[in-house]
Amino acid sequence: MNLTLKIWRQKSPKDKGRLVTYMAKGISPDMSFLEMLDTINRDLILKGDDPVAFEHDCREGICGSCGFMVSGQAHGPLKGTTVCQLHMRHFTDGDTLVLEPWRAKAFPIIKDLVVDRSALDRIIIAGGFVSVDTGSAPEANALLTPKDNAEIAMDAAACIGCGACVASCKNASAMLFVGAKVSQLALLPQGQPERERRALSLVTSMDDAGFGNCTNESECEAACPKEISVRNIARLNREFLRASFSHPAK
Amino acid sequence: MALDAKIPEGPLDKKWDRYRFEVKLVNPANKRKFDILVVGTGLAGASAAASLAELGYKVKAFCLQDSPRRAHSIAAQGGINAAKNYANDGDSVHRLFYDTIKGGDFRAREGNVHRLAEVSGNIIDQCVAQGVPFAREYGGLLQTRSFGGAQLSRTFYARGQTGQQLLLGAYGALMRQVANGQVELYPRHEMLDLVVVEGVARGIITRNLLDGEVEVHTGHAVVLATGGYTNVFYLSTNAASCNVTATWRACRRGAFFANPCYTQIHPTCIPVHGEHQSKLTLMSESLRNDGRVWVPKTPGDKRPAEALPEEDRDYFLERKYPSFGNLVPRDVASRNAKQVCDEGKGVGETGRAVYLDFADAIKRDGEDAIREQYGNLFDMYERITGENAYKMPMRIYPAPHYAMGGLWVDYNLMSNLPGLFVLGEANFSDHGANRLGASALMQGLADGYFILPYTIGGYLVGASLPAVSPDHDAVKEAKAAASERVHQLLALQGKRTVDEFHRELGLLLWNRCGMSRNEAGLQEAKEKIPQIREEFWQNATVLGSDGELNQVLERAGRVADFLEFGELLVEDALHRHESCGSHFREESQTPENEALRDDENFAYVAAWEYQGVGQSSRLHKESLQFEDVKPATRSYK
Ligand SMILES: Cc1cc2nc3c(=O)[nH]c(=O)nc-3n(C[C@H](O)[C@H](O)[C@H](O)COP(=O)(O)OP(=O)(O)OC[C@H]3O[C@@H](n4cnc5c(N)ncnc54)[C@H](O)[C@@H]3O)c2cc1C
Ligand code: FES
Repeated sequence: MNLTLKIWRQKSPKDKGRLVTYMAKGISPDMSFLEMLDTINRDLILKGDDPVAFEHDCREGICGSCGFMVSGQAHGPLKGTTVCQLHMRHFTDGDTLVLEPWRAKAFPIIKDLVVDRSALDRIIIAGGFVSVDTGSAPEANALLTPKDNAEIAMDAAACIGCGACVASCKNASAMLFVGAKVSQLALLPQGQPERERRALSLVTSMDDAGFGNCTNESECEAACPKEISVRNIARLNREFLRASFSHPAK
Repeated sequence: MALDAKIPEGPLDKKWDRYRFEVKLVNPANKRKFDILVVGTGLAGASAAASLAELGYKVKAFCLQDSPRRAHSIAAQGGINAAKNYANDGDSVHRLFYDTIKGGDFRAREGNVHRLAEVSGNIIDQCVAQGVPFAREYGGLLQTRSFGGAQLSRTFYARGQTGQQLLLGAYGALMRQVANGQVELYPRHEMLDLVVVEGVARGIITRNLLDGEVEVHTGHAVVLATGGYTNVFYLSTNAASCNVTATWRACRRGAFFANPCYTQIHPTCIPVHGEHQSKLTLMSESLRNDGRVWVPKTPGDKRPAEALPEEDRDYFLERKYPSFGNLVPRDVASRNAKQVCDEGKGVGETGRAVYLDFADAIKRDGEDAIREQYGNLFDMYERITGENAYKMPMRIYPAPHYAMGGLWVDYNLMSNLPGLFVLGEANFSDHGANRLGASALMQGLADGYFILPYTIGGYLVGASLPAVSPDHDAVKEAKAAASERVHQLLALQGKRTVDEFHRELGLLLWNRCGMSRNEAGLQEAKEKIPQIREEFWQNATVLGSDGELNQVLERAGRVADFLEFGELLVEDALHRHESCGSHFREESQTPENEALRDDENFAYVAAWEYQGVGQSSRLHKESLQFEDVKPATRSYK
């Protein structure tokens, strides 16, 4: 099949950037979206033009490297799917698709479809972990965890840190990302000692990084390739309130 | 040069204990005076960097991705082994040790493997304490399952995302040390060379992938945890950025490369479908617990699966290996799939696939039960192939997956180059000629959390390591060489893309040095690789400039290194005139086409010393002593 692609081209962070039209010809429905882009890039390279920069690594939907907007939808139209796992059979011959990078104040554009997501790392540095030195752990089965809690914690822990939640939110909020981490650890016994401190510091660092506020649009959940639930945001709000009242540092 | 593995004396199960007692300790106040460069932030690198920082060392951590959390370890699905014996099914440290030695076809060191089994339990403790959400029983205890041919239930898992959860645990520990100021993070930095000063590893040369800046980092020790080289085959289950550059560049600086020909081909992957394919997707091995592998009995039978009655099907693994059936180890399963396809019994459009059929399991347990266990895998299969595996059998084929070979290290995980430590998939140490499922995650974390933190101290106390000036000749030379190479690559303005060369090399290796190998094929590969390499340097095209994000340039450097390393891989395969584990030499097989090991002549580690591009490398042998386990024919009949 043949497609028309309008792709955001921006040479550097300072460059203004614009949409450029490309034709994708002879695309097989078995190709993944990124394999389709590979063929565009191959043609560009052979013509001596700069190929489109986009991030990818595992191409299995788990590393969180890939991600851009496909005609206004983060990771494209298929629910619960990263763009590397999206296959061309979900498109029709003659479609026109617009590819743009994540757009958020906290994610400056580096080049074409590549953005700087280090703000997400900075949130984790603020306390998105359990403080336990190597070697000091108790016997694994000494800590009982109810299966249901472990399952819900795992649902939250499935976050791949791709940033689609931020990109699809009109406020560019990272509440789903933060909510997922805070929930995972709040649900497990290991997370209890730092529970309040964690909720407070993650929310603070999210604000500092320039992410917006959540106004309960739930676009993040719809865009999340791992289908992480907005219930995690509700839990984060509760955790934050609880911590604000009770944490001694407050 | 005689290779000394430095295995401690004494009975097998006391060696590690004894080592820890005898190793010299670094005074806590002195630890902060040591700078350690850790390259790679996968399970091995992140766990090492965090643990060293906790001890007080000053650490710099480097990785290719924009965040340490995206290292390739994230993609591991199935699980991690540990000898906890929670299932009360007879597991023990000794049994895990034994299974690993046997699974590796008696080509690994007893001392290292026993230590690995000893620390395996601590890994689970550590990960649980970090909040890794492992699968649980209703009573709140940890759940285990059996995996990859093991007859015991010793694999811990977090749904189909075990690698992700373990890595996020290690990443959390690493980020905690970043917060503490003990670790300086260098994401999007590629190591291009190793700095060796008077025979000792003292630094690395990196390129900042965002602005092209070539930088020098010096320190008291260099730790490589840069993963495996299976992408040399182009199509593999590995992530796109997996490469051999760091280890190969170290090899060019004098570190020996051990057993490069031991490459694992994983039996259950989605078959190749078209020429634009960029990677092969692994379907977890756990599928073999319930799926039955078969092909039509008659070559060329093109009837669809549902039209083939039972009597026209060949369940070849069950037929040939009645006691293990579909659960034979990876190398055996893969080789047999290739064999039936070579006989013309392969299925699907290309004829390079076998069926993995769940019909019986669905009949027995119901579709819901199968969905509960494997739902995410069936979904993934459907996403990629557009086929519903509840209704028709999956089609699978083996794919390159894991590198048992890697830089040679001794018991301290130190290479023959003092000061260079190598961890995780990047070293060669524990899996012999074949790795068991769920053992790579175990090894990476053992190396990083529980082994390196002890052994590196022993090295640092005993070594004299004066500061290295940035003006030192060795530093200037390495930096200039790395910059020069970037410019050579940028000057390439030929007619073929870098990926085309990679694909050509990969296909050649896959056909001649893949699941089964013979003299003539290997000779052919040996002659062709230098030709491909030469053409690369004439006719590849690399665009853009140095001072910006340039993904073509990055790939070009990695492919150029694969083109040098590939030759060594073939040389190693050529010299090993025996079949062992993943290395099947057609000249060395039993009348029933099973692998025939030659312990008399090949019970050694082959460690290769680089002699120059296009030159034969020099072979050093470390002979393997088996004191505890008697090498036997691996039989899964
Ligand atoms: C699909 C798949 C599933 C798997 N499932 C399992 C499983 O269930 N159980 C199991 O035990 N094993 C499994 N494995 C194997 C296992 O995942 C790997 O062997 C292991 O994770 C490797 O970890 P590592 O830390 O050694 O390297 P990696 O995780 O590969 O990390 C390498 C690091 O080095 C960095 N790096 C590489 N080169 C450079 C350079 N030149 N400069 C700077 N940085 C560099 C990378 O950025 C990265 O941070 C699986 C592998 C695959 C491919
Ligand atoms: S490339 Fe890893 S999630 Fe898409």
